[in-house]
Amino acid sequence: MQTHEFDVIIVGAGGAGMRAALESSTRARTAVLTKLYPTRSHTGAAQGGMCAALANVEEDNWEWHTFDTVKGGDYLVDQDAAEIMCKEAIDAVLDLEKMGLPFNRTPEGRIDQRRFGGHTRNHGEAAVRRSCYAADRTGHMILQTLYQSCIKEGVEFYNEFYVLDILLNEETGEPVAAGVVAYELATGEIHLFKAKSIIFATGGFGKVFKTTSNAHTLTGDGMGIIWRKGLPLEDMEFYQFHPTGLAGLGVLLTEGARGEGGILRNAAGERFMERVAPTIKDLAPRDMIARAMVQEVREGRGAGPHKDYVYLDLTHLPKEQIESKLPDITEFSRTYLGVDPVTELVPVFPTAHYAMGGIPTNVETEVLRDNVNIVPGLYAAGEVACVSVHGANRLGTNSLLDINVFGKRAGIAAANYANSVSHVELPRDSQEQTIALVEQLRSSTGGERVAPLRRALQETMDMNAQVYRTEVTLKQALIDVQGLRERYKNVSIQDKGTRYNTDLLEAIELGFLLDLAEVLVVSALERKESRGGHAREDYPARDDVNFMRHTMATRKIDAQGQEYVHLDYKPVSVTNYQPMERKY
Amino acid sequence: MTTTLVAEVVIEPESNVAPVVMPETPVPVATDVTFRIRRYQPDFDEEPHWVDYTVALYPTDRVLTALEKIKGEQDGSLTFRRSCAHGICGSDAMRINGRNRLACKTLVKDIDISKPITVEAIKGLPLEKDLVVDMEPFFAAYRQVLPFLIPEGHEPTKERIQSAEDRARFDDTTKCILCAACTTSCPVFWTNEQYFGPAAIVAAHRFIFDSRDAGANARLEVLNDKEGVWRCRTTFNCTDACPRGIEITKAIAEVKQALIFRRI
Repeated sequence: MQTHEFDVIIVGAGGAGMRAALESSTRARTAVLTKLYPTRSHTGAAQGGMCAALANVEEDNWEWHTFDTVKGGDYLVDQDAAEIMCKEAIDAVLDLEKMGLPFNRTPEGRIDQRRFGGHTRNHGEAAVRRSCYAADRTGHMILQTLYQSCIKEGVEFYNEFYVLDILLNEETGEPVAAGVVAYELATGEIHLFKAKSIIFATGGFGKVFKTTSNAHTLTGDGMGIIWRKGLPLEDMEFYQFHPTGLAGLGVLLTEGARGEGGILRNAAGERFMERVAPTIKDLAPRDMIARAMVQEVREGRGAGPHKDYVYLDLTHLPKEQIESKLPDITEFSRTYLGVDPVTELVPVFPTAHYAMGGIPTNVETEVLRDNVNIVPGLYAAGEVACVSVHGANRLGTNSLLDINVFGKRAGIAAANYANSVSHVELPRDSQEQTIALVEQLRSSTGGERVAPLRRALQETMDMNAQVYRTEVTLKQALIDVQGLRERYKNVSIQDKGTRYNTDLLEAIELGFLLDLAEVLVVSALERKESRGGHAREDYPARDDVNFMRHTMATRKIDAQGQEYVHLDYKPVSVTNYQPMERKY
Repeated sequence: MTTTLVAEVVIEPESNVAPVVMPETPVPVATDVTFRIRRYQPDFDEEPHWVDYTVALYPTDRVLTALEKIKGEQDGSLTFRRSCAHGICGSDAMRINGRNRLACKTLVKDIDISKPITVEAIKGLPLEKDLVVDMEPFFAAYRQVLPFLIPEGHEPTKERIQSAEDRARFDDTTKCILCAACTTSCPVFWTNEQYFGPAAIVAAHRFIFDSRDAGANARLEVLNDKEGVWRCRTTFNCTDACPRGIEITKAIAEVKQALIFRRI
């Protein structure tokens, strides 16, 4: 076993991790650990843009952006955090431009901006052009540009190092970050990394669902590690379903397509969003559109042989606009469905896309161990974290913004903290738990296999915990997930080798997915209201009296030694905006 | 083997209604497809060898779906990299029927399934296990060409101004996802691992032709090396292999021109 020592360890090399690394590596000795190669991270799949009130093409300001973010998040957003994000958005975009990001340009050569869902002028008057973009590969360009800047700055990467545990020193009775344990995929070796600061930037857990825009690798490892340490996870019931996934596949088609003028239609050709959001129509927030689409299908107005999807219509847009501003999604549609968006309607249906919840942090990205106290030296940013700038429903483009603003903050905060303290001792036998986990899986002769368990998990989550939920469906999901967790104890793998053992990797990932699915479902069962991405048919109204509060879930062990999900709550930070009815 | 059913739908000509033909998806049929995969398990095998697997697939399934099914249902030790599964992360470049492609962008309906489909690791990089190669030499070449913006002069308070035309000049080469399909399809790279390879030259092109960049001379100096851009024999393998449709050979030619005339 090898031991390494750094000031700052960053886990994950997507947008948040690399943005943090750019700040941290100039201030303190930093290493970035990723289970992939940095350029494979899922930030690269983001398409439509990154909002900032640059006002390059029309009047705009960051206060309007803040309001939209709060309202879009159905008033579960921590408003102080949203203010910071929307204010710092402008510099975040300019920072990227200065690093070389090839934004699309206006005729005057400024960064061009386009419309996006839920982003409005003057508190909801009309859609505003706020999204800075690079065709429909903005995430790709952000990921490439950050990686290129990391090369320029000489950032140290450990590629294909899968972090399996975090080490906390609890000598004082309170946990303090001490290091991480990683599994080197190439060799099967366990490595210990001592660190003063640790930043988690590991992304989401979309693979709990079957139909998802998420990569295979988005298995919630970071959240899962935190969960198993007995630290809280916040608002896990809030999961976003992006309206326009390619039907049956879940491959993402950017909301930017509607920002460019695309329209959603049902089988009869009706523009149904006019009924739901008369002012901004197809640019309503994602949760509202996803629900409207499901309603169209439920009420028999769906298209296709099984009437189970609706259409995205771009056919009225000029061919050159589609091909220059939406080239990638045009190609996805042609490649995977054989449908040409220039002349044909594209079958679409909601796809699991983004976790609003995650590891609770304050605005300095410090991880909370309860409603008040932090874990010194531990930070989180990006989708893995819950600051909470997205509340109950994230607005489109605000994730690319989140990773840049809070990634940068995490890098600075982690490095400054590391420079102010000395290393704490690693807990005794710190790697033992990880070695036991790996060895148990490698030597198990149980009869369960990873793939069927994973499929069963994804199927029950799609069936029972998706766009619409009820007590009955959620209870079914809980029974199923708990049953699968029992079966998982007998999971075994076929690859008994040490090198590049992805069979082992997938088994570990499945363990995290099962843990997080249970947290999601239990949190959703107890939230007896509908808010943002959490729509309860048995409680269709938002209930601000009882539920305008964040869910804080923690793993506990009962007297019989059984683990269970303990729920507590945290108040929402309200500064300027009192909750109002959410109309568009 | 698929038939496209198109239903004509007559729609009232109202402003609210789309005057277009509604597409209908064909009813899919699963077929047994055989894959001949070049396996190599470094913990157990002396040499790589071919193994056949048969899986039931729909015409619209991806080769990646087949690999997932084989791993999930038949042999968990089959090893390959994959992540996004829709052609944007660049993890799953491999040789499919002798051509470099992304497994997630290659659909069953687009390949001949009358005989076994061969799948093997990309060539020219050290084989680690099954379909996994050591990517480090590839990224090392990329890093050598200074793949980052080298601006000069005073940093503006707001964004740098760049015309849409100047932005378009290097648009094509910004699409690269570093999958290595191009570099590992290049016969020069196969025989000379010192050669930077097309992907690194694409990265250089992306910055050399960016109006905001002032590092062209430094990059051209790197590429003027005997293992640099002059090694290219213009076989177009790279352009054919690129899953992003980048005109790589053209980009390389533009870099050669820039070297000859020292003018961007």
